[in-house]
Amino acid sequence: MPVIDLATTPLRELNSALHNIQKGSNDLSYEVANPRGSHAVAVGVSGPVLVDVNGSVGYYCAGMNDGGTITVHGSAGPGVAENMMSGKVVIEGDASQYAGATGRGGLLVIKGNAASRCGISMKGIDIVVHGNIGHMSAFMGQSGHLVVLGDAGDALGDSLYEAKLFVRGTVKSLGADCIEKEMRPEYLQKLAELLEKAGVKDVRPEEFKRYGSARKLYNFNIDNADAY
Amino acid sequence: MSYHNPYTPPRKSATFDDYTLAEIRRAAATGIYDIRGAGTKRKVPHLDDLLFLGASISRYPLEGYREKCDTSVVLGTRFAKKPIHLKIPVSIAGMSFGALSGPAKEALGRGATASGTSTTTGDGGMTDEERGHSQTLVYQYLPSRYGMNPTDLRRADAIEVVVGQGAKPGGGGMLLGQKISDRVANMRNLPKGIDQRSACRHPDWTGPDDLEIKILELREITDWEKPIYVKVGGARPYYDTALAVKAGADVVVLDGMQGGTAATQDVFIENVGMPTLACIRPAVQALQDLGMHRKVQLVISGGIRSGADVAKALALGADAVAIGTAALVAIGDNDPHWEEEYQKLGTTAGAYDDWHEGKDPAGITTQDPELMKRLDPIAAGRRLANYLKVMTLEAQTIARACGKNHLHNLEPEDLCALTMEAAAMAQVPLAGTSWYPGKGAF
Repeated sequence: MPVIDLATTPLRELNSALHNIQKGSNDLSYEVANPRGSHAVAVGVSGPVLVDVNGSVGYYCAGMNDGGTITVHGSAGPGVAENMMSGKVVIEGDASQYAGATGRGGLLVIKGNAASRCGISMKGIDIVVHGNIGHMSAFMGQSGHLVVLGDAGDALGDSLYEAKLFVRGTVKSLGADCIEKEMRPEYLQKLAELLEKAGVKDVRPEEFKRYGSARKLYNFNIDNADAY
Repeated sequence: MSYHNPYTPPRKSATFDDYTLAEIRRAAATGIYDIRGAGTKRKVPHLDDLLFLGASISRYPLEGYREKCDTSVVLGTRFAKKPIHLKIPVSIAGMSFGALSGPAKEALGRGATASGTSTTTGDGGMTDEERGHSQTLVYQYLPSRYGMNPTDLRRADAIEVVVGQGAKPGGGGMLLGQKISDRVANMRNLPKGIDQRSACRHPDWTGPDDLEIKILELREITDWEKPIYVKVGGARPYYDTALAVKAGADVVVLDGMQGGTAATQDVFIENVGMPTLACIRPAVQALQDLGMHRKVQLVISGGIRSGADVAKALALGADAVAIGTAALVAIGDNDPHWEEEYQKLGTTAGAYDDWHEGKDPAGITTQDPELMKRLDPIAAGRRLANYLKVMTLEAQTIARACGKNHLHNLEPEDLCALTMEAAAMAQVPLAGTSWYPGKGAF
């Protein structure tokens, strides 16, 4: 397994190596040592590459990931897995703001807590947070699932479109046009599936509440102006 | 002698003119502000208020049609492995598929390609047709991230991080439900028929320090090949340009308030932002202060209509310009040919700006399949190419008259201003004087 030590190797060499893996190569697993908060670690990965980052990373780790499995054995700075297309990103520690922003697919698992705006403008990504999430999470979320085992901060799901939110703990407040919705069997099934994929054990789907869009702000109406 | 009161005509208020009164009544009747397309319609100081001095005893001109006057420009020479080479310094500004029809985007691509220049995607992502018909395509990286994906990022020739636009610095957008076809909805991951908000700020960065890291990420994803532009609306051009340079931009795109939009509140278009003329010199000054003029290229847009405008913007220090509204007019927008239909929509050719409603008789700002059929992308592309050719010839004509063998050799010293306002904004002398407001001030 190639080990790239960011203490001695420029970031460019890491990302270049990940982008230039030839089809049929046996070297599909990479280890990144000493990330020491570097930004843009393992961005633009396309294909079934495994990357283990041993330490904490800065902004945009695993940005635009398309098919890779990227694990951060530490915490992640802002915008981890932003605009992910497919694949899996696991953060063993905490994640800063905008985790999974605008993600279109794949699974983002945060084993610690996530800060504000987790899943902002999400467009199909699935996000599972073992801990709590901060304020304004899933703001303008378009599609995908956000699963939170802990609590959610203020204004959850503000201006939500069709993203589906599941929170096991308390929600400090709901954002504009976000309401609690009925937990139907198909959602319990989806939750069970997501929890399993995220390696969550001893937690039952029935412990969660579902939140979604009231769809009152979908078409502009002057009488709704007070909602903003 | 009997006295008759002489007739005095009714006097209308300058403050409450007919248009203002109608707007108050419209607001009272509907409860909603006016949303429209295009840029500001108010009269603002513009490039029209500048004149070229031409050659005289102290400098000699170049022979028209004989002596060479180069028009080429290279964008993205700072960091990108593959800078953009344009034959002419006039590019096509970002306009979305969604706001514009497929045939309109195709026509822009065809016209730009035939002229050796670039076209730009918009909010909504890149279509195969657009990529296919545009030899050089700039891919916008917008707050909404509609349609954003690494594959399109890599098949673009340059990336434009959009911070703002001249029609609405600080504003997002709204594509109303009636323009959301199945295809547009699918590209934007949203249900059909609902209003699609385009966010006013990026979801995963705020401020110049974050922008620097965002640009690093985009460069890393694209292996440092693509030039990265940063587009700002005309608000604080000195600082925005300086901060874009600091954040690592290859190119700064600066859009004044005459720049168009697909749909924004009229109050926003008319009251926020600065005229293009007022933006150029502060931006150039920022580049000069940083020692980056001509190293980070400056593209100016917002109300560019002719070769004279191109020459004036370049003389003030821009490296290139971009056109949006003018390009739409060239391909057929607001053409009197459709006057009867404009009348039915309660407007007239030249004034039609309800681009957000999707009823454009010219088939340009619509997703209606029947209306779209009216625009022949091949013929419209040819019209755009003709227009770009004329603009280029006009700019060359002026440059030769000023003795310049490259459009980039035009300089502020070639200009004078017709008004005090223009003299102050462009920092060129008022005609017949050697003075402009602010010159010599503390």
